[in-house]
This record gives sequence, C-alpha cells and structure tokens, in this order.
Amino acid sequence: MSDKDMREVYTETLMELAEANENICVMEADLMRATGTSPFKEKFPHRTFNVGVAESNMVGVASGLSAGGKIPFAATFGCFAARRTFDQFFISANYAQQNVKLVGTDPGISAAFNGGTHMPFEDTGLMRCIPNLVIFEPSDTVSLKKLIRQAAEHKGCTYMRLQRKGKNALYRETDEIVLGKGNVLKEGDDVTIIASGYIMVPEALEAAGILEKEGISSTVIDMHTIKPLDKNLILKYAEKTGALVVCENHQKACGLFAAVSEMLAEEMPSPVEVVAIEDQFGQVGTQNFLQKEYGLTAENIVKKTKRVLERKNG
Amino acid sequence: MSGMDYKELEQKAKEIRKKTIDSIGFLGVGHIGGAMSIVELLTILYYEKMNINPKDPKMKDRDKLVLSKGHAGPALYSTLAMKGYFPEEWLHTLNKGGTNLPSHCDMNRTPGIDMTTGSLGQGLSSAIGLALANRLDKSDRNIFAIIGDGESQEGQNWEAAMAASHFRLNKLIAFTDNNKMQIDGYTTDIMPIDDLESKWSAFGWNTFRINGHDFAALDKAIDDARLSTDKPTMIILDTIKGKGCTFAEGVITNHNMPFTYEAAQEAIKALG
Ligand SMILES: Cc1ncc(C[n+]2csc(CCOP(=O)(O)OP(=O)(O)O)c2C)c(N)n1
Repeated sequence: MSDKDMREVYTETLMELAEANENICVMEADLMRATGTSPFKEKFPHRTFNVGVAESNMVGVASGLSAGGKIPFAATFGCFAARRTFDQFFISANYAQQNVKLVGTDPGISAAFNGGTHMPFEDTGLMRCIPNLVIFEPSDTVSLKKLIRQAAEHKGCTYMRLQRKGKNALYRETDEIVLGKGNVLKEGDDVTIIASGYIMVPEALEAAGILEKEGISSTVIDMHTIKPLDKNLILKYAEKTGALVVCENHQKACGLFAAVSEMLAEEMPSPVEVVAIEDQFGQVGTQNFLQKEYGLTAENIVKKTKRVLERKNG
Repeated sequence: MSGMDYKELEQKAKEIRKKTIDSIGFLGVGHIGGAMSIVELLTILYYEKMNINPKDPKMKDRDKLVLSKGHAGPALYSTLAMKGYFPEEWLHTLNKGGTNLPSHCDMNRTPGIDMTTGSLGQGLSSAIGLALANRLDKSDRNIFAIIGDGESQEGQNWEAAMAASHFRLNKLIAFTDNNKMQIDGYTTDIMPIDDLESKWSAFGWNTFRINGHDFAALDKAIDDARLSTDKPTMIILDTIKGKGCTFAEGVITNHNMPFTYEAAQEAIKALG
C-alpha cells in the first residue's frame, strides 16, 4: 500500500516534473476536483488551464500549447477523453505530430456510480487506431509515477488510462518499469496471464494463486503499455507456455486482447482466452457489483485459464 | 394557471426536495447541488404545464422534457415517483446495481424519462430533434429542455442555439439552471458565460430571465414562451445550487457530495 491515492501521485509527479521543466502544463475541463490537480494549480497557477466543461476545446488548446513548445497533460473522465475529443486528439494533436499527454480517468467499470454514460469500455480501442500513439495504463502508484515520467520524456502524444482512487502498490520503488515493456510479476510454465490496469492486474495475481493451489503454474505479466505492444515478451511466453489469457477492464473488441491476438495471429498462432467486457454498454453500480456483472474477477480468470489449457492440451 | 395555486406547488416542491435528499442520502453520495436547484421548475412543469399521463408514460402527443444536465436525475425521479410513474420504493434503489434509476437519466430504464442524457452538452440538440419530429407529425406539443450554466460551456449548445432559431422552433422551451456553480467552483471563476441573456438573444431566441425558485415568475415565463410564434425560448433561471438542503445550500463543494442517511434526515426535518 502506498500512503497516497493514485490521483495524488498523478499530481505530485506532475509537480516534480514541472519543477524541473518549465514547459509542463496541466489542463482540466471542470474535473479538477476529481483529478485532484489543485495543488499543481496553487504552485504553478500560470501553467494550469481549466477550460470549463469543454473537453474538445481542451484538447484543441492542448494541441496549440504543444505547437508552441509546451507539454500539456490534459485530463478528463476517460469517456469524454476518448469519445468527445477524439477528432481533436486525432487531428490537432496526433496527425499534427504534437506532444499532447491525454489522460482518461475512471476507466471501464471504475466509473461505478456515474453509470453507463460515463463508463469507457472502448477508449483503448479508439486510441489504438491512432498511428504512433503511446497508450498505457498503470496498475499501481509506483508504476504510475514511473510511467508518467517516461511519458513526459517521450516526444509525441500519449494516452493514459488512470484509475483515480486507490492506494495499491504492487511494485517496489526500485523495480524497473519501462514504457513499452511488460513486467513479469510471476513466472510459471503452463499458461501466461496478461493483464493491464489497476483492477485486473491484482485479479490476475489472485487467480494465479488459486491456480497454483490446483497445480497449474502460470506466468503473470503486467502489460501496462498497450501500444506499442511488447511483442518480444509475449512471443517468448507464448512459446514457453503455449496458452494465454488476456484480462482487461475494457470491452473485448479493440483493446489489449485484440492487440495480443492480432500480433499472435501473424507471428505465432496460439490459443488465447479473454476476460473482458462483452459487446455491452456500461451501467450504474458499485465497482464490486460491476466486476461480478461483467466477469472481471479472479474466478473468471481461473475459469478461462482452464478453458485455454483444455484447448492447448486438447 | 389551471389546477394548483402557488402554495400547493410549494408544498409539492418541498416533498420533491425531501424525497431527493432521502434517496441520495440512502445511497450516501450523489449530485445533490444541481438536483436541488431545479426542483421548482420540475414541480411546475410536471404538476401544471406538461401534457402527460403517468399511467401511459409513452402517450402519443405528449409534452416531453430533456434533462440535459442528466446528473440531476434524482430530482426528476422523485417528481416522477410522486406523479405515479413508478412506485416510490424505487427511490431507494438509486444507483444500486440493477436499478431502474441510474445516476444519469436513461429513457430505456425509467418510465417517464423522455431522453437519455449524462454527457453534458448533448441534450439541447436532442430536444431540437424531438421538436422537429413533432413538426413532421403535425403535433404542436412543447419540448422542454434543461441545461446547466456550467454545461453551457460545451460548444455544442451554441451549435444547437443556431439550429433551433434557424428552424424556427417556437415549441422548444429551454431553461438554463443558472445556479452560478459547476464542479470546480463558481462559473465566473472557471469559465464565465455571462451575459447569457444577450448570448441567447443574439442567437435569435426569445429570452427571459427570472428567479427560478419563484412559482409566479415561472408560471408567467412559461406561458409567455408558449405564445412564441416563430422563435425558440430560453428562460434563464437564477437559482441557488443546493437550495433548501441545509448542509448543501450554497456550499461550494455541493456538486457531488457524500453525506450520511442521518444527515439527510436532519435536512429533511429542517424543511418542515
Ligand atoms: C461532457 C461532460 N463533461 C463532463 C461531465 C462531468 N460533469 C458532470 S456535472 C459537471 C458540472 C456541470 O455544471 P452545471 O452544468 O452548472 O451543473 P449544475 O451546477 O447545475 O449541477 C461536470 C463537469 C459530464 N457529465 N459530461
């Protein structure tokens, strides 16, 4: 456990970066209270821009800031970051080869009480179709800090899926976490479980524990960077274990499962199962309720693992 | 006015407030501020102005409301429950898994909800579509829409503003809940949108500005709006965010607040 919430780490990291680099700016669209960036605003008032409830304008302005040499981190709920600003992000930011760091908070079911309208099951999918964009989803407070720093260094646009609440620390401060490289959290021989994000990586680890007791040995990979995909790592473990399960807090289409499957289809066809949301919209409820409702649980990972092993051995 | 006098409407408004505070308090967190500020408006619309039938929520040729600031759904749910669209017990299912009363309005889940909303800035365009559909169907029913003052920062509202006056949608009556606050603070500090009256007038709308908690003013403005022969109407309501809820009224963090059921009961008692 970290002593800080994910969003506190987000803000704190941006403040550290801003201290060293005067080009770092923060943008909000009337969700500063949710993202928690007001300490940044207090410290760097001239580098903080809250445009009001106007997400498309925010991303347009961010693109201009970038064209003027700045490095804007612009945040809003993931649903609006992806759906509402898509054209601005696509054209003014990415196509124009700018340096906009877009942040979509409350990914997937973590939007909980805000319900279906606010539940992005498709943001990774939309973003994956933007050429060269770097997409990542930190699984804890430690990787969050490290990945934001690298995103700031990266010359080009990035999209981060950010779970705002929670203090999970899966990693130690000394662990190496590199944008574009998956992290193997546990080694095993029978199956490879690839997961991304704050909810699914811990579920994958829990599932691995259950499987271990049943004599099934699994590798667990935190695939925090969805694009560019760490092809070599996946191929290595596809070869070693011959079966994979991909877990994501996102719909089945176009996300991490799709990225892994597309790559394997070309390079090394292998049985792959998925734990993700089916072709469905979101709905309101607690995160717990929604995890069960959409099958984003360790139990379901165990089930899918057994299925993929049957396919591998059958 | 036809049925109720203002005293009776005030009584209804009080009941709607109580039920809304109770339902959000039962869950423990919710959009209390923006729900409280539109209670008088919902009261007069549903008890006096709208041609509707709670026994037949999808009645053909009814008046319709698009609550574009969909996060204020809980106030509308209390109103609809009191009108008999669904059992009042439903109010305690607000935002619970499997509920018919989700945080943001959903026309496919809740009887009496005419349009799905929640992504701010989209509702006025939907209202225009509904008004155009009515025109094609030779219906002269009204389409009502409610947007927030913070919501007005979304550019789509101004695209809609142009379109509604171009299409001469005189049956469209919109309201801005001008409670002067949004999530991050006062609208004037975050992104000022004044002067709303001149903005809407400049876009070719009939424009009124009234106290949104005053039934006489609401009554008159809505009746005047109905007389419009060629323009859509925007009624700007000066309101107070959190109005009538002791712990929330005017409090800058009242947008989406956690509070206990006990706190809710105290606020309900204070309403008398
Ligand atoms: C497109 C979009 N962006 C952001 C939000 C999150 N959000 C919900 S309410 C709100 C503030 C709205 O302010 P206002 O319209 O004044 O509502 P009120 O104060 O009446 O509740 C925001 C930013 C949203 N629902 N939709």
